[in-house]
Amino acid sequence: MNYLADVRALARKDLLLELRARDTLPAMLLFVVSVFVVFHFSLPSSSSDLAANGLLWVAIVFTALLGLGRAFVPEREQRVFDGLVLAPSDRSAIWVAKSIATFTFLALAELLALPVFALFFHGVDGTTIAAVLLADVGICGVGTFVGAMAVVTRARDLLLPLLFLPLAIPILIGGVGASVVDAPGRYLAFLGLYDALFALVCWAAFEYVVTE
Amino acid sequence: MISMHKLGKSYGEKRVLRDVDLELPRGGFAVVTGPNGSGKTTLLRICAGLALPSVGEVHVDAERAEVGYLGHEPLVYRELTALENLELYGRLYRVPERRERVGMLLERFGLWDVRHERVASYSRGMTQRLALCRVLLHDPALLVLDEPYTALDSQGAELLDAQLGELRDERTFLVSTHEPVRVERFATAQLALA
Repeated sequence: MNYLADVRALARKDLLLELRARDTLPAMLLFVVSVFVVFHFSLPSSSSDLAANGLLWVAIVFTALLGLGRAFVPEREQRVFDGLVLAPSDRSAIWVAKSIATFTFLALAELLALPVFALFFHGVDGTTIAAVLLADVGICGVGTFVGAMAVVTRARDLLLPLLFLPLAIPILIGGVGASVVDAPGRYLAFLGLYDALFALVCWAAFEYVVTE
Repeated sequence: MISMHKLGKSYGEKRVLRDVDLELPRGGFAVVTGPNGSGKTTLLRICAGLALPSVGEVHVDAERAEVGYLGHEPLVYRELTALENLELYGRLYRVPERRERVGMLLERFGLWDVRHERVASYSRGMTQRLALCRVLLHDPALLVLDEPYTALDSQGAELLDAQLGELRDERTFLVSTHEPVRVERFATAQLALA
């Protein structure tokens, strides 16, 4: 019960910080809408729906990357990470809470992004929405883990995409696959498996990431 | 409570600490002095469990929950209020009767009236007082304080003096400072880093 209470307190803190500072979600919203506008005018009108689906996933991954890059900024600026790491609570609670907060921001950005995508390109079906939600879990879990590794380095802005993008390739494969095939079941299952596997690895390994 | 032998720390090619020995029994008060760059902060970070030595041995007979660490940074969120910061740490440190303890510390360090204001609006001295509240919140057995008098005005420094005097007999202290005179009456050991 203490673990869940710690997660709740830490996630609440992240949401409160964003509510006050407003420096992550507005940037994500602006970015994802801008990307769709650019794609809308740069793609030839004869381009297929398949190409548009690919663009949707590219936009989601890079919007998430923007949010992940900001995820540990409050902890880095005041070295609060030291304070959290020193606390006797389970350190993986920091990862769980930060993943929940990042997931919330990404899901809120997509709440606007998907209708905009539908407006510029084509409608979004239930399968794509399910795939996006499953992908969000993986993106936020893995991205937060990698973000915690990158935040303590000098080259953090470079390191985060370098570490995260290769790990996000399976998510792109699963997401695009689920969006374009007639029987998306195995792609959704693949995304679910990816989420479960990487969540377990990140949860177990986070302790070592934050310890020198 | 703290025992280190031939302790050394390097960052790449740069050697920050070399052959440091210290025995600090429970209830002791060690003052660490030395010029800028002599490794005081690194030594304290190692004792607090935030860094590992490159060579040598260090043994700290305290759980994470028993250590109170004050660093150069206050380790509080600027966009949260003093109350929210201490509530968060109190939750993570499982402080019993958290509300009362937080209220008592804020009152003692003169921050009660500004408890609902964001830390970003605080002066450096007020932030340092809040950092001290954070350190004392869980009533730690070992206090690792890196330049605790930094940015405190005379009233804040007197408050800290009184706090150190009050806890001196019951707690173990490892304190780095450029003003050893200020704490010499408490000290049982001194470690001068070159």
